[in-house]
Amino acid sequence: MKFGVVVFPGSNCDHDMYHVFSEVLGQETVELWHKDTDLKGLTKDDCIIIPGGFSYGDYLRSGAIAKLSPIMKSVSEHAAKGGYVFGICNGFQILCEAGLLPGVLLQNAGQKFICKNIYLKTTTKNSVLTQKLDTNTSIKIPIAHADGRYYIDDAGLENLVKNDQIIFQYATEGNELSNDVNPNGSVSNIAGICNKGRNVFGMMPHPERASEDVHGNLDGLGMLESLVLG
Amino acid sequence: MNSVETKVTVEIAQKLGLTSEEFDKIIDIMGRVPNFTELSIFSVMWSEHCSYKNSIHWLKTLPKKGEHLLVEAGDENAGLIDIGDGMACAFKIESHNHPSAIEPFQGAATGVGGIHRDIFTMGARPIASLNSLRFGDLDNPHTKKLVKGVVKGISHYGNCFGVPTVGGEVFFDKVYNQNILVNAMSVGIVKVGETVSASADGPGNPVFIVGSATGKDGIHGATFASADLTENSADDLPAVQVGDPFQEKLLLEATLEVIKTNAVVGMQDMGAAGITCSTSEMSAKSKTGMRIDLDKVPTRQKNMLSWEILLSESQERMLIVCKKGQEQKILDVFDKWDLECEEIGVVTDTGFIEFIEKGEIVAKVPADPLVLGGGAPVYIREYEEPAYIAKVKDFDIDTVKEPNDLVATAKELWKLPNLVSKRWVYEQYDSMVRTNTVTTNRPSDAAITRIKGSIKAIVMTTDCNPAYVHADPFTGTMIAVAEAARNIVCSGGEPAAITNCLNFGNPYDKGVYWQFVNAIKGMTAACEKFKTPVTGGNVSFYNQSVSKDKTEPVFPTPTIGMVGMIEDYRKSMTLDFKKSGDKIYLLGKTRNDINASEYLRNVCGVSLSPAPYFDLEESFVFLENLGKVIASGLVESAHDISDGGLFTNLLESAMVNNLGFDIAFENNIRKDAFLFGESQSRAVISVSKENEAQFMELLSQLNFDFTALGIVKENTIKINNIDFGKLSSWKTVYENTLGEQLD
Repeated sequence: MKFGVVVFPGSNCDHDMYHVFSEVLGQETVELWHKDTDLKGLTKDDCIIIPGGFSYGDYLRSGAIAKLSPIMKSVSEHAAKGGYVFGICNGFQILCEAGLLPGVLLQNAGQKFICKNIYLKTTTKNSVLTQKLDTNTSIKIPIAHADGRYYIDDAGLENLVKNDQIIFQYATEGNELSNDVNPNGSVSNIAGICNKGRNVFGMMPHPERASEDVHGNLDGLGMLESLVLG
Repeated sequence: MNSVETKVTVEIAQKLGLTSEEFDKIIDIMGRVPNFTELSIFSVMWSEHCSYKNSIHWLKTLPKKGEHLLVEAGDENAGLIDIGDGMACAFKIESHNHPSAIEPFQGAATGVGGIHRDIFTMGARPIASLNSLRFGDLDNPHTKKLVKGVVKGISHYGNCFGVPTVGGEVFFDKVYNQNILVNAMSVGIVKVGETVSASADGPGNPVFIVGSATGKDGIHGATFASADLTENSADDLPAVQVGDPFQEKLLLEATLEVIKTNAVVGMQDMGAAGITCSTSEMSAKSKTGMRIDLDKVPTRQKNMLSWEILLSESQERMLIVCKKGQEQKILDVFDKWDLECEEIGVVTDTGFIEFIEKGEIVAKVPADPLVLGGGAPVYIREYEEPAYIAKVKDFDIDTVKEPNDLVATAKELWKLPNLVSKRWVYEQYDSMVRTNTVTTNRPSDAAITRIKGSIKAIVMTTDCNPAYVHADPFTGTMIAVAEAARNIVCSGGEPAAITNCLNFGNPYDKGVYWQFVNAIKGMTAACEKFKTPVTGGNVSFYNQSVSKDKTEPVFPTPTIGMVGMIEDYRKSMTLDFKKSGDKIYLLGKTRNDINASEYLRNVCGVSLSPAPYFDLEESFVFLENLGKVIASGLVESAHDISDGGLFTNLLESAMVNNLGFDIAFENNIRKDAFLFGESQSRAVISVSKENEAQFMELLSQLNFDFTALGIVKENTIKINNIDFGKLSSWKTVYENTLGEQLD
């Protein structure tokens, strides 16, 4: 699988995503510039990464301007053909804004930016991202966001559950869901979801920040390796 | 006010912050009375902030030479050290105190932006930032407002800019009630030989302004920073700049990209005094001149006057001198990043900076006399020991009664704002972006950042206990340097160099100047001893609280930003106890000393006492030995003893992995001094039973002073068989106190 990392003005995890896929996982990885529509030869078997950061300064609303950029048209087409798209943090916000994923990300309940380790429960193995993960054991992954409160109405939530689209939820170290460990007030502790077609993924936590020995935490590597397997 | 119409008089000069002697000197230099625009140029360039006129004499005495240094202090925007493998590290710390005191959010945000610009102007990519913050009494509602604003400002700017905030310090004392201190440090890396200089060589080369448009914000900010902060300072709000981290992020990427085109001759960011400062400093450095057409400068407002354009401190701007004929390369890069890029002038050989408006010269000033190291004034101020020092020396430990109930005293100490976790602050900072932060899951005394593509890492810390410096500026500043070095060594690193941020009161106050001179002398002594030269930094005077009946300077606060190296990040050292049964040793000699400690000042309520015990030679030997002990690979953890003393140190190491300790001691030192005293040059290490014998052998070889304290033990906090209760309750207080006060 080849990877294309989209670079928006204000993306700041683009280098990190490029590094983890090319250097750590040894995959062919290219950068995709926001003003272009060219996907540099990526096919529907490949994966587009929408990295974290503050695209276009996150002015207006997180992800609201990025969704209008030329590259996002190509990303939507890629997704429609069944190609993989994976958005992390600001990337998740952009995918929701672009309508490629349901729901929306609102300002954290505590109204502050939060950067810390949290624990995630893998809710389903039924996705290319989580196929190799263990749903019975929590993983420790850092978050770093101001607008990470996932919101969806009751009907939408029902659909997510029905279609097994919730992939990660904020949990205790012991893998239990609890309000106490919901860092931002997300509905049902939702930290990550996929679309109905199971080819578009979004999550607020940053697996790339827990993927090398230097991080003292390799809990994020599993899902990235899982994705590489396709 | 119009530059042509305003008649320039000595009164006008004084209103702009110049003295009558300085006004005479300007007339002498110019050979005529300057017009208002020209006078404005002199007023900002000769302000304390830009000229260092009251400090440069002493700054020149600081040690500036060292084997790792690639540029000397003052030569470029920031210091540069060789870190091997063809890489260099650029770093600097700077204050943004007055703007933050008036408008905490924007003040702190633009402080972060400004220091990062200093780093990437040199061609280095910022990889880490730190900040050192001093606030007033936490019970004061005004302080809470300032803390929230400053932290939000740093968080907003730093997070969006995409550089992790990896370390720093937060200190509370009522002396900062009105005048807080916000010191921001940036650390970047660059390939040796790929740095860009702030020079304007080659007459005929075009000059570009890039980045944001120029607006009316921050006009006379440098002058504002160089005056007393008073109750009326809020009226100076336009002197505070407004930051846009998104623009800065684009400017960073575009700047690093434009350097690769080889079309750049020189570059300087626009901080204090905006276009004026960058044009004059670049011209003076290259002994050239510049002719700038102000009509070509992109402005935010219509009808900005020439002096407003010249003095604007609008953020996220740079001045670039380009090789003639290669303009298009520069234009293309900035167009790619959707940033303004305008050719506004040309390098000349006249030695003058000339500004043109509507075809006419509105200001023509020689560059060299404007700048530090050129003709800017240099003053040697008088100083004398302030009266309070006598009272400091009078302190007698025997007047402080030893506590009967150590547990109750420890609880009092433990909840002090200076000792509790600063989690509420640092969790608002993105500390991990760029995926190089080593210390997220490996806590240590200093922050560690890996250099991608290698196993090397940079170790960084900011340190200064201003209460020590207030008690004894000479010793207190030596302690600040020594503590920074100790933090680096405890993390497994080797200290390399420092940058400093010298925050003091009014330099015209003899007592304040005495503090300043002694701090410089202390820094010199310590930096020479530890072989950590001073690569640059900044001076911030006029930090004081002014009320109707008195003026009170802040504690003298010479913040030390130290950078060190680790050749292999896997050999970095952590501060947390690892497992039950490991032995705990105190290294170094403890004195019967509670001087200037958190315990004495904020539990016993004694505000004046000498600095804690410190001996420079002892500290140096201690550090050498500690480095060897850590490098031996025999120890499980190492943690420097600093604020809050041994007790605080032990709990900090115990809490990380929810362990505890059982220790006992017997000596002729007061129990409060042993547990809460802050005498210097000490650290606690833990060692596994298997390594203990070898470790003891090493200590004896090194002739290292030590005390065997006891063991790491789960669910236990016991000192001399006194039960101090559950770790969880201590941890709860530690983790939540600050948040409870601020949310």
